[in-house]
Amino acid sequence: MSAAFRISGAGRLSQAKTASFSFDGQSYSGIEGDTLASALLANGVHLVGRSFKYHRPRGFLSAGAEEPNALVQIVRDDARKTPNVRATVQELYDGLTANSQNRWPSLAFDVGAVNDIASPMFSAGFYYKTFMWPKWAWKDLYEPKIRAAAGLGVSPEKPDPDHYASRYAHCEVLVLGGGAAGIAAALAAAETGVRVILADEQAEFGGSLRFESGAKIDGENGYAWAQSAIGKLKAMGNVRVLSRTTAFGYYSQNFVGLVERVSDHLKNPGHDLARERLWQVRASRVVIATGAIERHMVFANNDRPGVMLASAARTYLNHYGVAVGKNVGVYTANDSAYAAAIDLKKAGVNIAAIVDLRDNPTGPVIDEARALGIEINFGRAVVSAGGKLRVSSMTVQPKNGGGGRTIPVDAILMSAGWTPSVHLFSQSRGKVAFNEETRRFVPGTYAQDCVSVGASNGTDGLDATIDEAYAAGAKAAKDAGGKAGKSAKPKVDAGESWSRGMLGAAPGAGPGTTVKAFVDFQNDVTAKDIRQAVHEGMHSIEHVKRFTTNGMATDQGKTSNMHGLAIAAEELGKPIPAVGLTTFRAPYTPVTFGSIVGHARGALFDPTRRTATHGWAASQGAVFEDVGHWKRAWYFPKAGEDMHKAVDRECVTVRKTAGLFDASTLGKIEVVGPDAAKFMELLYTNPWEKLETGRCRYGIMLREDGFIYDDGVVGRLAPDRFHVTTTTGGAPRVMNHMEDYLQTEFPHLNVWLTSITEQWAVIAVQGPKSRDIIAPLVEGIDMSDEAMPHMSVREGKICGVPTRLFRMSFTGERGFEVNVPADYGEAVWEALWTEGQKHGATAYGTESMHVLRAEKGYIIVGQDTDGTVTPNDAALDWAVGKKKTDFVGIRGLTRSDLVAKGRKQLVGLKTKDPKVVLEEGAQIVADPKQPIPMKMIGHVTSSYWSENCGRSIALALVAGGRDRMGETLYVPMPNGTIEVEVTGMVFVDEKGERLNG
Amino acid sequence: MLLIRCPYCEEERPELEFRNAGEAHIARSANIAGESDDDFEKFFFIRANPKGIIYERWRHIHGCARFFNAVRDTVTDKFVMTYKAGEPKPAKLPGAAK
Ligand SMILES: [Zn+2]
Repeated sequence: MSAAFRISGAGRLSQAKTASFSFDGQSYSGIEGDTLASALLANGVHLVGRSFKYHRPRGFLSAGAEEPNALVQIVRDDARKTPNVRATVQELYDGLTANSQNRWPSLAFDVGAVNDIASPMFSAGFYYKTFMWPKWAWKDLYEPKIRAAAGLGVSPEKPDPDHYASRYAHCEVLVLGGGAAGIAAALAAAETGVRVILADEQAEFGGSLRFESGAKIDGENGYAWAQSAIGKLKAMGNVRVLSRTTAFGYYSQNFVGLVERVSDHLKNPGHDLARERLWQVRASRVVIATGAIERHMVFANNDRPGVMLASAARTYLNHYGVAVGKNVGVYTANDSAYAAAIDLKKAGVNIAAIVDLRDNPTGPVIDEARALGIEINFGRAVVSAGGKLRVSSMTVQPKNGGGGRTIPVDAILMSAGWTPSVHLFSQSRGKVAFNEETRRFVPGTYAQDCVSVGASNGTDGLDATIDEAYAAGAKAAKDAGGKAGKSAKPKVDAGESWSRGMLGAAPGAGPGTTVKAFVDFQNDVTAKDIRQAVHEGMHSIEHVKRFTTNGMATDQGKTSNMHGLAIAAEELGKPIPAVGLTTFRAPYTPVTFGSIVGHARGALFDPTRRTATHGWAASQGAVFEDVGHWKRAWYFPKAGEDMHKAVDRECVTVRKTAGLFDASTLGKIEVVGPDAAKFMELLYTNPWEKLETGRCRYGIMLREDGFIYDDGVVGRLAPDRFHVTTTTGGAPRVMNHMEDYLQTEFPHLNVWLTSITEQWAVIAVQGPKSRDIIAPLVEGIDMSDEAMPHMSVREGKICGVPTRLFRMSFTGERGFEVNVPADYGEAVWEALWTEGQKHGATAYGTESMHVLRAEKGYIIVGQDTDGTVTPNDAALDWAVGKKKTDFVGIRGLTRSDLVAKGRKQLVGLKTKDPKVVLEEGAQIVADPKQPIPMKMIGHVTSSYWSENCGRSIALALVAGGRDRMGETLYVPMPNGTIEVEVTGMVFVDEKGERLNG
Repeated sequence: MLLIRCPYCEEERPELEFRNAGEAHIARSANIAGESDDDFEKFFFIRANPKGIIYERWRHIHGCARFFNAVRDTVTDKFVMTYKAGEPKPAKLPGAAK
C-alpha cells in the first residue's frame, strides 16, 4: 500500500520493493532506495527532532549531508545505537529502527521547550555569562544540568562489535564529487589511461541531476546519463568508483581521507563486511567537484517543520517520488525555487503562492510558473511562518513594509541562493576570493595540485560546467603523465542555470527586530544573536562565530556561514570580504572514531613484547606489569600470598640464597669497530680506553646540557667490541642518540652500532648461591673470584649454547647475568631454575628487583632522576672521567646552575615510624608549621617496605641533601605530617661485602 | 601527511617513516669543554624558529635510518629540498625567485 504522500509515476524507486521501519516506536512503510527522510515524508511525518538549545520542533531542511535538523538515533541492538545520524543521509532498510533525540517525554510534548519561552536567558554568549557565579554552583548545579541537557542521542551500552577496514590507495587523478562535473572530469581523465578514483557521498551518482528534471546530456535525461557514464567508468580497469564515500579531509600534498559507508544501509550486514572503510588516498592531481549548497531564507520561525530548501523538495519529488505537502508555499530570492514549484505543480501538488523578494525578475522559469497558473508575488517577503509542530501558514508583506496577509500552507520551500562548496578547497589551504558580482566566495589562490570545477568553482550552467570539468579532468591526467585520450566530451542538450540570490536576514528579521529567524538551525543561532555579538564587541567573524556558536555544530555551518557573515558585515558596516570567512576544517561531515581507529583495537591497539620466559612465568602464576610495550613478570605469588607477602618472600630469599630474574628487556647495543672505545669515550662520562677486555663498567650517558640521560653496565668483549646495556624504556632513544652523534657529529669514527636487545635473553641470577646454581651448567668459563671478579664478562657455553656471562649485581649480592640467544632463553631459564631449586632459590619479579636495588641505593634513571639531575646530584660523580677533555655533556656540567650550591641531591630517607611507607612523589618540607603554600625542598623518588631491613626505606631528591644527614624533615600528607630522617642511600651492606658473599 | 624525499634512498616516502631532529647546521664545537657561556648558549639553547624557510634535520628512522638535512617552509609545511648530512647549506633554493 502506497503511503499518503508518495506520488505514483514520480521518482525512480520501484514501488514494489517495500521496507518497513519504525520511528519513535511507530511502524511505517517505505520503499527500498528511500532515505529515512524520504520514507518519513512519504508518510507525512515532518516533525523529527528538537533543537539543541531551545528544544524547538524541527523537521527536514535538506535532502543531503548539509542537514542541520533531522538528527536521529539509529538502533540495531544494544551495541549499535548510533546517535546524530542525519535522516537525510541514512538509507532505509527493512526493519530499520530510529528514534528522535533531545526531547522528553515525547517529541510532540517536550519539557525542555521551556527554554524557547525563556530564550532571553539563552541569548548569544550565554555560556560565557550565565554560569559565571556563584562559584560553587558550577560544579554542583550548572555542570550536571548542562551535561544532562546537552546530550544529543544516547551512547550504546556495549563495545562496538563491528569492524572497520582501512586502505591506502594511489592514483593520478582523484575526483571528489560525482555530479555532472565530477563525472565529466573522471571521463576525461580515465580516457588517458591514468589511475582515476571517483568518489561521491551519495548512494547513487548524479549530484544535482537527481532533481534537475530539465537536464539532458548526450540525448538522455541527466540522471540516466550519469548512470550510464558511471557504468562505463566502472568497466574501465584504471578507474575505481566509490559511492557512499565522503571525502572528509584534505591534507598535505594531495593526501585525502575518505570514508566509505560499507554496510550501514544493509538489513543484515553480516560480520564479513566492514561497517565503514577508511581510504587514505595520495593523488597526483585532485579535481574538486563538490557542487553547491542551497541557502535558506532567514525569516521568523523559518525552522518550523515543513519549511525546507526548494532543492530538497525537488529531490524528494523527482528522485523519491514524495510530495513534501499538499498545499505548498514558496519563498525565494532566486530562480531555482521556481523549478521546484513547477515540478510539484505538474505532479499535482497545489502551490499556494510564490513569494519572490526580487522586484521584477524575468526568465523562462517565471514564465512557465505563470503559465501553470501559480500565484506569483514580486517584491514581497514572508515575514513569519505560522504553526508549531508543523508549518500551517505564511504571512506575506511587501518587502518594504505595509499590510500583510496570511496564506495557509503545509510546507514552505525556500531558496536564498547557492553557496559553492569550497570546504575541501579551503582544507587544502587554498584561499577563497569574494566575487562582488555574484556575492559568493569561490576558489582563489591554490596551495596544492588541485582544481575546482562546476558549482564548487562558482561556474553556473550545465553546459559551462561540463566544458570546464572535462577540460580540467583531461589536463589533470595529462599533468600527471597521462597520454592524450580520444575526446568524447558529453554534449549538453539542455540544462538549468541560476545564480544570485540574497545573503543575510530577510525583511522582517533585520536590524531592530527580535524575531526568531534562524541562521544556524543546529546550534539555534538567530539573526538577532549575530547582531548582538557585534554589539558586544565581536568584530571578527572568528569571534562572532565563537560567541554565538554560529557554524560550530557538526554541520559546520554548511547552510549558515554565509548568512551569518552577511549579517555581521551589515551590522559592522563593512564589506563581506573585510569581515572574512571562517576557515573550513576537516572533517567535512562527522567521521566515526571506528573508521579512524580501524583494526587498531584491543590486542591490535599497540604491539606487545614478551620475553622468552613469558610462558614459563605465566605457568608459575606470575602477575605481569606493562613496562613500555613489554609485559614483565611483576611478582610470583604463591598460594595465599598477596603482592606484599610475595615481594617480602622474594626479597628475603634473594639475599639468603638466590633468585632468578628475567632482565631481557634491558636495552642492549653492540658498539663495534676500530674506534669503538673512542666513541664510548665521547658518549659516556666514564673513561673506556683503559677498560680491559673481559671487564665491565657502570656507564652514565648525559645529554649535552649535563643531565643524566641513561645508564647501564657495559662489558668490553674485545678491544673493538662493547656490549652496552641501557634502561628498558631508554633503549630506542639511546640508540637514536648514539646514531645521531655517530652520523652527524663524529662521522670520522669507524664504528657500527647494532641493537641486540631482542637477540639476547638475559637471566639474572643473584644471591649468595648464584655461582653454585650457574656453575654446573657452564662450560669453558672459570667462575672463581680470582678468574672472574665482580664486574667482569666471559664468553663460553651454558647448557651447550653460547653465552655472554656477566658477573654484575643490581641487588648488592654476588650476582650474574646470563645472556643467551633469545631462542634458548626459556630452556636455559628452566635449567637454571632446576638448579636453583636445589638451593631453595626463588623467581622474582620487577617489584622485588626495585626493592632490592633501592636497599642498595642503586638509582633507576627516570624514577630517581627526571631529566634535571646531574651525576653529582645523584652521588655518581665518581663515574665522570675527570681527565677527559670531551664527552657529550662535559660543557653542560660546568654551567653555573649545575655547579651552584643547594641543588637537589639524592639521599636516603627513613621514616621516624618504621612502619610508615612514604608515597613516591610526596613533597618534602623543612618546617611543617609554615603557612601554606609551604616551601617545598624536595620529593620522594623511590619508597618501599623492605622486609630485609624490617622497615620502610626511601630515596629522595632534597635541596642540599648531602649536608642534611641526620636532619629531620617533614612530608605533609592529607592525613597528617610524616617525620623523616635524612640518611645515606645504602640501607643494606654499606661496605659492599656481599658482592663476594 | 607529507611526502619527504630521503637523499640516501633517493625516494619520496610518507612522513610516517621519518622523525624530525631539530634545527640543522648547528655544529658542535671541537673544543666544547672550553666554550664560553655565550657560545654554549647559542649552540645548545638558541633556535631560529623562523616563519618561512627553515633548515632542519630529519631521520629516515623507519627506512635507511640515516640523518639528513631538509629545507622546509614553516608556513606551508612544504619541503623545498633535502640533502645529505654534512653537506653545506644550499646557496640557492629551487624556486626561491618566487
Ligand atoms: Zn632513506
